[in-house]
Amino acid sequence: MLDHILSILIFFPALAAVFGFMIQKESMRAYGIAVSLVEFVIALVLWYAFDNSVSGMQFMENIPLIPSFGINYTLGVDGISVFIIILSAFFTLLGIGSLTDTPNVKYMIITLLFLQMTMAGVFAALDAIVFYTFWELSLVPMLYIIGAWGGPLRIYASIKFFLYTFAGSLVMLVGMLFMAYFYYQAAGVWSFNLLDWYRLVLPENLQLWLFVAFFIGFAIKVPMFPFHTWLPYAHGQAPTIGSVILAAILLKMGTYAFVRFSLPLFPDASAYFMVPIAILAIIMVIYTAMVAYAQKDIKQVVAYSSISHMGIIILGTFALNVEGISGSIFLMLGHGVVAGALFLLVGVIYDRRHTKLMSEFGGLAHVMPRYATIFGIMMMASVGMPLTINFVGEFLSLLGFYQQSHILTLLAGVGIIVGAIYMLAAYKKAFFGEVTNEKNKNLPDINKKELFGLIPLVIVAIWLGIYPKPVLEPINNSVKSIVQLMHNKAVTELAKERIPDLTKPKLMEVKETIIEEVN
Amino acid sequence: MLAPVNIPLESLNVMTLTPMLIPIIGALLILVIDVVKGGLHKSLYVVLSLLFLAMDFFALLNGAGVFAQNGTMLGMFDVMLIDGLALLGQFVIVGASMLFIPLSLTHKRFHEFSYPEFFALFLFMIAGFQFMVATDNIILVFVGLETSSLALYTLIAMHNRDKSFEAAVKYFTMGALAAGFFSFGAMILYALTGSVEINKIALVLASNGYADIGYVLVGVAFMLAAFAFKLSLIPFHTWAPDVYEGASAAMAGYMSIVPKIAGFVVAMRFFEFLVHSHIVWLQIVLYAFVVITMTASNMWALVQTDVKRMLAYSSISHAGFVMAAVLIGTTQANSALFLYWILFSFTNLGSFSMLWMSRQKHLPDHQSSDHSYDKFAGMIKTAPVAALIMGLFMLSLAGVPPFALFWGKLYMISSAVTSGYTILALIMALNSAIAGYYYLKLIVYMFMKEPVSGGNGDLYVTNATLALKTIIGIAAIGTIFAFVAINPLLEFITSFVYNSGY
Repeated sequence: MLDHILSILIFFPALAAVFGFMIQKESMRAYGIAVSLVEFVIALVLWYAFDNSVSGMQFMENIPLIPSFGINYTLGVDGISVFIIILSAFFTLLGIGSLTDTPNVKYMIITLLFLQMTMAGVFAALDAIVFYTFWELSLVPMLYIIGAWGGPLRIYASIKFFLYTFAGSLVMLVGMLFMAYFYYQAAGVWSFNLLDWYRLVLPENLQLWLFVAFFIGFAIKVPMFPFHTWLPYAHGQAPTIGSVILAAILLKMGTYAFVRFSLPLFPDASAYFMVPIAILAIIMVIYTAMVAYAQKDIKQVVAYSSISHMGIIILGTFALNVEGISGSIFLMLGHGVVAGALFLLVGVIYDRRHTKLMSEFGGLAHVMPRYATIFGIMMMASVGMPLTINFVGEFLSLLGFYQQSHILTLLAGVGIIVGAIYMLAAYKKAFFGEVTNEKNKNLPDINKKELFGLIPLVIVAIWLGIYPKPVLEPINNSVKSIVQLMHNKAVTELAKERIPDLTKPKLMEVKETIIEEVN
Repeated sequence: MLAPVNIPLESLNVMTLTPMLIPIIGALLILVIDVVKGGLHKSLYVVLSLLFLAMDFFALLNGAGVFAQNGTMLGMFDVMLIDGLALLGQFVIVGASMLFIPLSLTHKRFHEFSYPEFFALFLFMIAGFQFMVATDNIILVFVGLETSSLALYTLIAMHNRDKSFEAAVKYFTMGALAAGFFSFGAMILYALTGSVEINKIALVLASNGYADIGYVLVGVAFMLAAFAFKLSLIPFHTWAPDVYEGASAAMAGYMSIVPKIAGFVVAMRFFEFLVHSHIVWLQIVLYAFVVITMTASNMWALVQTDVKRMLAYSSISHAGFVMAAVLIGTTQANSALFLYWILFSFTNLGSFSMLWMSRQKHLPDHQSSDHSYDKFAGMIKTAPVAALIMGLFMLSLAGVPPFALFWGKLYMISSAVTSGYTILALIMALNSAIAGYYYLKLIVYMFMKEPVSGGNGDLYVTNATLALKTIIGIAAIGTIFAFVAINPLLEFITSFVYNSGY
């Protein structure tokens, strides 16, 4: 069972989704919760069986698919991917559990289960084509969720979402085909296996081109400035559940892919593009923070703040050292928890009032105290207050980048402060003061179904903020091996300088002891 | 006194002719049956055609076995040439025809299938296509082309609607022009080299170092125009959308596959030596054909309001995409062409069959054409299974993995990458993204809009019979589970293409 746990994790929800067509409408919710609970338990078993001390891939599976063209069904997880997989199962469970009066709930749950398959697949895939398959397939359920359950502009938003990402990933596909061809030239056989590609050292000029090809695919997914224009539409039109999954997991595919593909495959190009990408990331942090401040719609505030935090993740990733990359991966998890929770919270008030305009609210803390408390905790976590989950990630990301550039880190720090301003301002507008709007006077406070979705997130956000070690340690182990790999592969001076060599001090020590023994 | 001509029967190698003779015998048999006892039901003729096509397929399998052992075979005074390309081409032709012919067993009665001549012509047409791909001789190519085209014009006209007559006449006129171009090009090449066999033409031209390059180019230009007509490359495509619209949906799907693979095989044979002799002019022209055909037809497809016309433009775009293989001309590219076309035939025939299944006898007032987008609005609510299958075909056509056509696109773009056509690879990739939009448009109508017709889901299955459902089921299974079949298929195709020297 443990040998194939990743395949089970991927295809169990898909199978359940297919069988879901046979379930009667009224029983569908129970079915969805049961299936996603099983999926989450399998993910926990994965965590339990996961060996924290191993930095390489675990639970590897390999089935030849098209051996003559080097495509194999290869899966495996390391410290970087295992927690995102668990998070995706977690959010599928919470999302289905807290689904409120959705029309056509049967199709929604089937779609969510398919989506869970693609999410687990993307993070577990170690073959570029398998990765690409799940990456593309994940667009289809999301397209349907936005397009069928979204707001008035849903069709425009869903098509924009699909085509934008689709176009970007086709460029990435061309890049993948080039990688496979270079591997073919070097090794004499075709291979799309990522671990094979890791062993390939490419000259710098090729790295630059390939980096750009992959970058277009990933940057649109993240989405990085200036490719971010699809996201506000997608968030604005998507139903609550769509926004939650989109912000918590789907956007992480892009940042995860940077760590999995761009950095270890093209260390020199990563070092070369470090500063331009950092500048884009900082523009993303500050610009979207300012845009968020100007929003009237509370969901758009959360959406733009989510883009803003993705900027910090990118910044940490391109710090190219252990602190930065570990921090950015931890921030991916933290951002997933916090942004997911905030979108759920926005959904709660939207269900009651059917509006998301902040001017309609005010003084909600009097009417809905529990709601205001949870919103407050999550908002604090979002602005990166110490002892919450985002603080750890943001701190490490910035610490990592501080070693590369002081000024840019300082600018990013300013962005975080702006972030605190708009979030607090939004909170003040919606929750404090007198209840001015008659309609808000008798709003019911948060109910059990919604608490089911929110309480676990609050617990995780605080628990990992106080004690991040169980998650951070395996991440650190795997990141160390990636950084070392990058350093060993780097061919240019610039990259050797920017990517730290982790073995150096150890080597020195060994040398000394040998000399002592001789003496 | 003439010396008696003595030709041993073995030297004729009659075996090379068997695959073509089988459908001809079948067609004649159908005609004889009609003469003896008229007025029989179409199911008889469908099953007979299917049986003969199955025999044809087995003959091809036999031929493939012989080819795998002994290599290329020549026969009938070296006119017949059975190599890997010929066999692969015939496999696609016969296979797609076997998938097509049961589509005539519709629930509603359509005029053309009540004539036994329809099936006889159909089998003659297949024999014509088979002759076309299984020879090196330009004259036999021409004969095969004309046999099949004349049969095809008639088959389209038999659909018996105003638009069908228009389509048939249009196709006939354009086809006649193409035939003129073809014969003129062949004449010039014959005048230059004294041969009508492509490999001898290549040899003669290479031995004199392309001395009369001007005449060669004129000849090639005429041939290129003829091929462009047949493969509906832009700007010689103008007949295609109208003809597809006029023909029945099933016939349109068939036309987007079988005549084109025959054309591609001949184009591959003809242009292979020219591309490899580094005639820059030809490379530029082919490059332009490929890029313009792909891109412009995609643009036109974006603005169509009828699904069938959209699919017509989309199949022009796919033809342009595949034409890239002829330009690239490596073994990988040529294998990619066959792989792509086999996968394409499943998916495209499937989607056209879905249209065919929903074809009404009489149009309701709110519907402007047979298959307008509006007709499919809200299909997920009224006919969920049909909507899912149609959505599947659309995703496959758009190239979303892991569905069938993605693997074709992957291998084709890879062949461009491998031979250094980086820009072309990018253009191909971005065209897939543009094409994504109009396939998505149908998905949007089916899944995200409210039904306009207000009726129940019966509209989408008006024509459904067990036969149609089976064909669609086969196409859907082929589309979903293609990834299992890619490896054996790829190895088979590559070895056949490689062993024929392409």
